[in-house]
Amino acid sequence: MSKTMYEKIWDSHFVHQEAGQAPLLYIDRHLMHEVTSPQAFEGLKIASRPIRNTHSILATLDHCVPTKLADRIKLPDPIGAKQVQTMIDNCELHDLTLYDMQSKNNGIIHVVVPEHGFVHPGMTTVCGDSHTATHGAFGALAFGVGTSEVEHVMATQCLPQSKSKTMLVKVDGTLSKYSTAKDIALAIIGKIGTAGGNGYVIEYAGEAIDALSMQGRMTLCNMAIESGARAGLVAPDEKTYEFLNGKEFAPSAEHWDQALEYWKTVPSDDGAVFDKVIELRAEDIAPQVTWGTSPEQVVAVDKTVPAPADFDNEGKQIACASALDYMGLEAGTKITDIPVDFVFIGSCTNSRIEDFRAAAEVAKGTKVPNNVTAIAVPGSYQVKEQAEQEGLDKIFTEAGWEWREPGCSMCLAMNGDQLKPGERCASTSNRNFEGRQGKGGRTHLVSPAMAAATAAAGRFVDIRELT
Amino acid sequence: MEKYTKHTSVAALMNRSNVDTDQIIAKQFLKKVERTGFGQHLFHDWRFNDDGSDNASFELNNPKFAGAKILVAGDNFGCGSSREHAPWAIDDYGFNTIISTSYADIFYNNCFKNGILPIVVDADTLKAVMAEISANEGVAFTVDLENQALSTPGGINVSFEIDGFRKNNLLQGLDDIGLTLRQTDNIDSYEEKHKQQFPWLWAS
Repeated sequence: MSKTMYEKIWDSHFVHQEAGQAPLLYIDRHLMHEVTSPQAFEGLKIASRPIRNTHSILATLDHCVPTKLADRIKLPDPIGAKQVQTMIDNCELHDLTLYDMQSKNNGIIHVVVPEHGFVHPGMTTVCGDSHTATHGAFGALAFGVGTSEVEHVMATQCLPQSKSKTMLVKVDGTLSKYSTAKDIALAIIGKIGTAGGNGYVIEYAGEAIDALSMQGRMTLCNMAIESGARAGLVAPDEKTYEFLNGKEFAPSAEHWDQALEYWKTVPSDDGAVFDKVIELRAEDIAPQVTWGTSPEQVVAVDKTVPAPADFDNEGKQIACASALDYMGLEAGTKITDIPVDFVFIGSCTNSRIEDFRAAAEVAKGTKVPNNVTAIAVPGSYQVKEQAEQEGLDKIFTEAGWEWREPGCSMCLAMNGDQLKPGERCASTSNRNFEGRQGKGGRTHLVSPAMAAATAAAGRFVDIRELT
Repeated sequence: MEKYTKHTSVAALMNRSNVDTDQIIAKQFLKKVERTGFGQHLFHDWRFNDDGSDNASFELNNPKFAGAKILVAGDNFGCGSSREHAPWAIDDYGFNTIISTSYADIFYNNCFKNGILPIVVDADTLKAVMAEISANEGVAFTVDLENQALSTPGGINVSFEIDGFRKNNLLQGLDDIGLTLRQTDNIDSYEEKHKQQFPWLWAS
């Protein structure tokens, strides 16, 4: 029988099902950061349970870490400092690999894990972080879990799981050179809604997905969770194998051929049946800008802010009215007439080297207006070093941007980088929820190139009109 | 974990859709390394004014909802971040039951780990439940998990679906790590097979 990629990974990781209980799924890789793990370690300690497989774990410090160098030596926030120290202590106690703030490997968990080839096709991967979906770019079943489940996986290397439904999101055609994986992700969420993927694992396929780089696929899968899906998947191909080859945790030469043979069996079979199929044309996907407080509240940059009456269901009408109020926007305003106070390039969605190259190309020779603050936060020290070797940092600083140390930074604003009430930000992150970037802050999600163009103009810009 | 038993409790109404976990428990409270004490921060940015006083217009500050154990909310409750601090805060505040049409996946899972029952009802039932609370603030509903039934003084009597495994764990207050550890022999034999099939994952 033809199987989907999800079904194959499920079947190969199925351990056992006891009568009256949920199926147990084996977990290959476990990623960790400081925010969602301390209570799990505490739980293990209280129950005197050991960690079953310490080699399955890779940990980093990212959410709480300051992006200003001086603050990284001694964290200004004592509560955050305690959380960071707790992670360091737990990793020492259990002999876990941790990329701490002083490590040249430090960065956002979902950026550093691919850099070291820790997740491969056909694997199961979890992390106490919803953006674990990122690693679906490798054809791995990767999903976010809660802290109790972090503890569960540490103790048992398994999770009781119920099987998800499968959705195929097919994007055929060719993306315009101004649109990116971020725009595909936002366009899909605009189409199916933030609850559209609830209960599903999404497989992204089609010509436009095949054409994406590995980094683009990471951006796309990263936002699967923003459509409510448990995970996103892209079939592994030559790009995937090439990306992994030679990385620290990739299969060694001894096992490479065997791994490759297995990886080639991972993609969905021809004729595999999905529970739901959604289709988009890549040509139709213009650069996207969110206008509201949910990622589904999104339009193309050449459109206007909608009115409640533009929606056919009562819930969405109420949500629109409340979002307009929070965002301080009038229905009918052209997106390109909206001014910004802040621009942020960073987050596990868009802080990889290709993101900074795309943004630098637009930022080159521009000047951020005095009333706008623009910060560029690389996803990792590897990204930062690479960008500096290519001179991208100079392009940003000469254009009036701040070039920072890596971390999650203003994506969730836990580390001190945040908006003031009423400030408006063009952000390459993944969530425009109320208060996400600081209480009263107003977030508009965009791609890195759009963020750079917006910073230069002090308002949203249709990058298609720049050239 | 406490056992979930049949109860009759005040139901608080929060008629908002897509309530995300950033709202349930804001970022500034995620730095604690303990599991307890999050209830005082539940819905912080909506619940309190800038000077720290209660925001009188926020639903849960309605005195009629004091002591509520049941929270009734709009579609797609708990979307966004995976933070288990959200159900910790909900539990610590005093809720043990949520009623909505749908929940985000991770949040839904997290509820069961913390003795919280997230009940799924259809859109018409939710509307009726919300209308009953609006008309009679402070009304108490009865939730009977054993019989999977929700009933109200206004005459709403509906049954709800729940996975049998999860239901049993809630009723008995079971720690599901303990249950999985009973399968250690099966995990061991799976792992042996895994080492043969995927040796590159075990090479150090």
